[in-house]
Amino acid sequence: MAEIVIDNLRKVYPGAKGQPDKVAVEGASFTIHDKEFLVLVGPSGCGKTTTLRMIAGLEDITSGSIRLDGRLINDVAPKDRDLAMVFQNYALYPHMTVYRNMAYALELRRVPKDDIRRRVENAAKLLGLLEPDNLLERKPKALSGGQRQRVALGRAIVREPKAFLFDEPLSNLDAKMRVETRAELSRLHHALQATMVYVTHDQVEAMTLADRIVVMNGGRIQQIAPPLEVYHRPANLFVAGFIGSPRMNTITGTVTGEGDRVIFTEKGTDHPIRLAMRGDLARLLEKHLGQEVILGLRPEHLADARDLTDPDPGATFEARVDVVEPVGAETWVYLRSSAHQLIARVPHAEPRTDIGHTLHFTADLSRARFFHPGTGESL
Amino acid sequence: MPDADPIARHRNRWFAVILLVGFSIVFFLPFAWMVSTSLKPLNETMSLPPRWLPSEPQWQNYPDAMRAMGPFWLYARNSLMLALLNVVGTVASSALVAYGFSRIEWRGRDSVFLLLLATMMIPFPVVMVPVYTLFRELGWIGTFKPLWVPAFLAGAFNVFLLRQFFLSIPKDLTEAARMDGCGEFRIFWQIILPLAKPALLTVALFQFMATWNDFLGPLIFLVRQEQFTLALGLQNFQSVQGGTAWHWLMAASTLVVLPVVFLFFLTQRTFIRGISTTGFK
Ligand SMILES: Nc1ncnc2c1ncn2[C@@H]1O[C@H](COP(=O)(O)OP(=O)(O)OP(=O)(O)O)[C@@H](O)[C@H]1O
Ligand SMILES: [Mg+2]
Repeated sequence: MAEIVIDNLRKVYPGAKGQPDKVAVEGASFTIHDKEFLVLVGPSGCGKTTTLRMIAGLEDITSGSIRLDGRLINDVAPKDRDLAMVFQNYALYPHMTVYRNMAYALELRRVPKDDIRRRVENAAKLLGLLEPDNLLERKPKALSGGQRQRVALGRAIVREPKAFLFDEPLSNLDAKMRVETRAELSRLHHALQATMVYVTHDQVEAMTLADRIVVMNGGRIQQIAPPLEVYHRPANLFVAGFIGSPRMNTITGTVTGEGDRVIFTEKGTDHPIRLAMRGDLARLLEKHLGQEVILGLRPEHLADARDLTDPDPGATFEARVDVVEPVGAETWVYLRSSAHQLIARVPHAEPRTDIGHTLHFTADLSRARFFHPGTGESL
Repeated sequence: MPDADPIARHRNRWFAVILLVGFSIVFFLPFAWMVSTSLKPLNETMSLPPRWLPSEPQWQNYPDAMRAMGPFWLYARNSLMLALLNVVGTVASSALVAYGFSRIEWRGRDSVFLLLLATMMIPFPVVMVPVYTLFRELGWIGTFKPLWVPAFLAGAFNVFLLRQFFLSIPKDLTEAARMDGCGEFRIFWQIILPLAKPALLTVALFQFMATWNDFLGPLIFLVRQEQFTLALGLQNFQSVQGGTAWHWLMAASTLVVLPVVFLFFLTQRTFIRGISTTGFK
């Protein structure tokens, strides 16, 4: 059981001949609580793996500190950190049977043979490596991708480590296996009550697995929060755009006061979308009268006005339907206002809007977010 | 690049087969000539025009040759001992050095590796005299030591071959081992070596052949006849008898080559995997 405290972590890879140095991680500070499932998410190259590998001890730390249960481990060898890692390509030892792959770490720690057998068999049972086929005596070569994945998990589980580290463990599985294994991981986390740090670029994995999400971009942490908070209250435009699919709509506009009303007016067109703010939002935007802001609105918070019994006229605007994509339980409607492309998620299985028609859409402004156009930070 | 056109592919295949068969014949001919000569009576060995096959196979040549060569089994024992020592030494030391060049990062590693490779370009005759002087200073002349101790100090070619193979072993594997609790030496011993078996076998086989066939080394460093190796013993047919007993020389040579041929067939499958170092995914 473990708490990992990371403070102002920085990693610089020396550049190859003639190349500048590469800053992979910069000023990362966060705490992984005991028993927490923490997910590091971000686009390719943002420094997730580097961060995880520094925690594992596989990569030197340029500056900053990592503490495990209060003990500084910057210079502790991986084998003395008691952390288990599951690799993207599983990294099973090809020359050892499944049993030995799982038992190996325990053998090195001189755990008695009987204990090893018991622990390996327990883990194997938990992961379905005994039924329907007993895989323990097979070599990794004779396993399917999903089975290898489970052996890799088993290898980590039998160690009962202080914490588990995962680097995109599902990315080599097909879509169906990925969903199954994701659920299995969730179940495992509850069963084991273990600390887990999980790296992925897949926001769905991040949303479904995490207790808290760390969103990274360009080596820097953008936001640390529980999944729903990241989703509903993104700290900046990057997080707003990265989390959620289809992505959040953004509309650039200006704030003006008209009488006692606060109006958001879309920029760059003669027929702008005009939205009247109320309540908390009006109070928030009052501080930005005359300024430019960016409005962020999730696609599910844009509704076809015909579906509403009493659409708010101050939040309703006209837009032309560009593309209609029925995706099963719902339909994605691509809209064009005069200056922006928007997406609405409407809860119809059958498309009922026609391409090329101009319709009324109503925004649920209580869910709207505003961002500073220069810094991208949430207002 | 895979050839899409089936006719062209067919033609290429035949071309390859013909080329390979051609080379095989070129390389096999001297061997066949040796075996055939070993079964001829002396007067047929140098007959003109050359005879391809003996009029009647002289099996007696073999026991006669062994007797004429001197203490054949003693030579064989010396050869075998030296070959085994060299194999063990070369494999162990080259693998360890190759590990250092492929799996451990240290300052100046690549420059040192280049330097090591450069030593391959120095032909043995250039260093023969200084090496002889060195061993004389150590008092090793007339002992087996000059013929096996250097094997424990790793050779450039073998280090190169093993390094390339080690590099093809995924880094994930060693990192997984590190997380599992391995130190550097255990990674080498329990992960890298078992996975590098084909390459190790290749090095072992090369070294076995090199030592087994080595003539110059034993000639320079050995003094007493009871220390001689088979390769060195073969020269007895040329000097001692005055004139050359070709049929016996070839019979003895066949006997000397036989273990190498046998070893090669025994290991060829793994051996070929060792040379074509790909194969990890
Ligand atoms: N060994 C290295 N030497 C130099 N640069 C490196 C090294 N490893 C990673 N980098 C660079 O550091 C940055 C962060 O890499 P990292 O592997 O942490 O990204 P990531 O977030 O895991 O991306 P992905 O989702 O593609 O795995 C990248 O720009 C990468 O090119
Ligand atoms: Mg990565």
